[in-house]
Amino acid sequence: MEPGAQAGIEAASPKAGSERWKKWLRRIYSQRYLQVMALLGVAWMVVFNYIPMYGIIIAFKEYDIIFPMSMAPWVGLDNFREFLSDDMLLTVIKNTLGISLIKLIIGFPLPILFALLLNEVRSVMFKRWTQTITYLPHFLSWVILGGILATWLSDVGIINKILLSLNVIDAPITYLAEPKYFWSIIIVSDIWKELGWSAIIYLAAISSVSPELYEAATIDGAGRLQKMRNITLPSIMGTITILFILAVGNVLNSNFDQILVLRNQLNAEASTVIDYYVYQTGLIDNRFSYSTAVNLIKSVIALFLLLMANFVTKKLNNNSLF
Amino acid sequence: MFSLKRQTPGEVAFGILNGLLMLIICFLTLYPIWYVLVNAFNDGADAMRGGIYWIPREFSLENFRAVFRSEGIMTAMGVTVAKTLVGVPVHVLFTAMVAYAVSRRELIGRNLYMIIGTITMFFGGGLIPYYLLIRDLGLLDNFLVYIIPAAFSFFDLIIFLSFFREIPAGLEEAARIDGANDLTIFTRVIIPVSMPVVATIALFHGVYQWNDYFTGMIYINNTDLQPIQTFLYRVVAQSSSNQMLGAMPSGVTQTVTSQSLKLATMVVTTAPIVCVYPFLQKYFVKGFMVGSLKG
Repeated sequence: MEPGAQAGIEAASPKAGSERWKKWLRRIYSQRYLQVMALLGVAWMVVFNYIPMYGIIIAFKEYDIIFPMSMAPWVGLDNFREFLSDDMLLTVIKNTLGISLIKLIIGFPLPILFALLLNEVRSVMFKRWTQTITYLPHFLSWVILGGILATWLSDVGIINKILLSLNVIDAPITYLAEPKYFWSIIIVSDIWKELGWSAIIYLAAISSVSPELYEAATIDGAGRLQKMRNITLPSIMGTITILFILAVGNVLNSNFDQILVLRNQLNAEASTVIDYYVYQTGLIDNRFSYSTAVNLIKSVIALFLLLMANFVTKKLNNNSLF
Repeated sequence: MFSLKRQTPGEVAFGILNGLLMLIICFLTLYPIWYVLVNAFNDGADAMRGGIYWIPREFSLENFRAVFRSEGIMTAMGVTVAKTLVGVPVHVLFTAMVAYAVSRRELIGRNLYMIIGTITMFFGGGLIPYYLLIRDLGLLDNFLVYIIPAAFSFFDLIIFLSFFREIPAGLEEAARIDGANDLTIFTRVIIPVSMPVVATIALFHGVYQWNDYFTGMIYINNTDLQPIQTFLYRVVAQSSSNQMLGAMPSGVTQTVTSQSLKLATMVVTTAPIVCVYPFLQKYFVKGFMVGSLKG
């Protein structure tokens, strides 16, 4: 098909053009069911994804709930400037990045390690049971887990009982009321909840490695650890890379469900992350425009980080999202 | 598995240590849940004295009886059951339907539709514009806020899409020759052969519907419409035992405390999901693999 020739013919005879138009209409008509099915989805996305994107314009306005959005006066970048001079700015950045980076450094490799070790378990039954058991916490809601943690970490809770009886501490500590313990609680509880679940994808990738590779290595006299390092790990590198890119794109997203459940006035100094600040300024203080501006800064930086991570890994090992 | 007849002593030791490590991980996973369970099955007043670690000291079903007799808890539980039973089929069928349409190569505008969807995965309006939309749609304090905004997910669409691509074209051809239209092919041919992926997405979305407390917290003021997780959030996070005491049915024995009622509610809330997921395990492991390797 030569597009140039096609256009030439069309220009020469309008009849052929209307003929093509009719053909196109007939094609659309023949797939009318498919078009309706697809367009319903597009319509849903326009309403629930794209209208809120358009709604971002209130970040550049001073929006008041009383008047409609279009009547709100434009204020340019005032809301953004205000955030940059906000007292909370440093706290919010420190908490968001601190928690996310520790999660990335500790929480990201652990499921890989767990999957590699679980793969070395010989008994199929034992392996299956370990998987089922470690998936369990993923199915608990953060509200339930928050309830469990509140019970465990209270001043009369089991953690205090154990530490008191071992003489590690002299007096009970109310862990959730002290900022210095907050990050550890967040990270440990996150690992507890998602370790097994996050390993699924690596286990799936491992199971698709050809057994012949292992047989060949065994004949060459390779031990278990050598095979793990030289066959299994390289085979799942692509999966690891893609998940790493996504994790980097996510560093500004805190696990909001988790933060909201464990946060309180007493630990606010360590628990106020960007997502919480957006929620607080927006829905508690009703500063709609300001909250939207803060969130926009976050989204733009997150998108930039994702593209950066994608670019860097593409250069390093040729794996990438796009 | 492979020819591993000879193992060096080092490898044997590794195998044993590795097995032990797995046992420890299993224990650490289960014990916190077990702890809640034994305390919920213990007499409430007695549990206040503490020290119940392995088995109930004074076994009692009073806490659970109180849960089932509490009107507030039962209303919230009913909302959760209703939103899950309605939300899951709507989400699965709607998302699968759109996925099937864009899985067909001849669909005009297919690339454009995919681009429109892909953008939504990496950028969004954020909390406040979304809240204003929900408000303007009249979904505040409306049961449909649990269903319509959750009816579709582009991420799930991709999982469906990669599954549909593997379906042999011959199946559809046979139906088309019999005069079936695309909608009939979708409901009669595609859905029945796609049960593994349908089960996976149904489980994922079921867990979301069952566990989500945020929607009920910000869009719902009417307590008759709040799901059980929102109810528990208000009890747990705001540590107001007032609401828990308010939920106490009249005439329960003195031994039920607000703490023991809370634990029993947590157990009742979690039990259905914990009972379901092991049976769907083989599906979601497969669904996970297909979805994320290609996504």
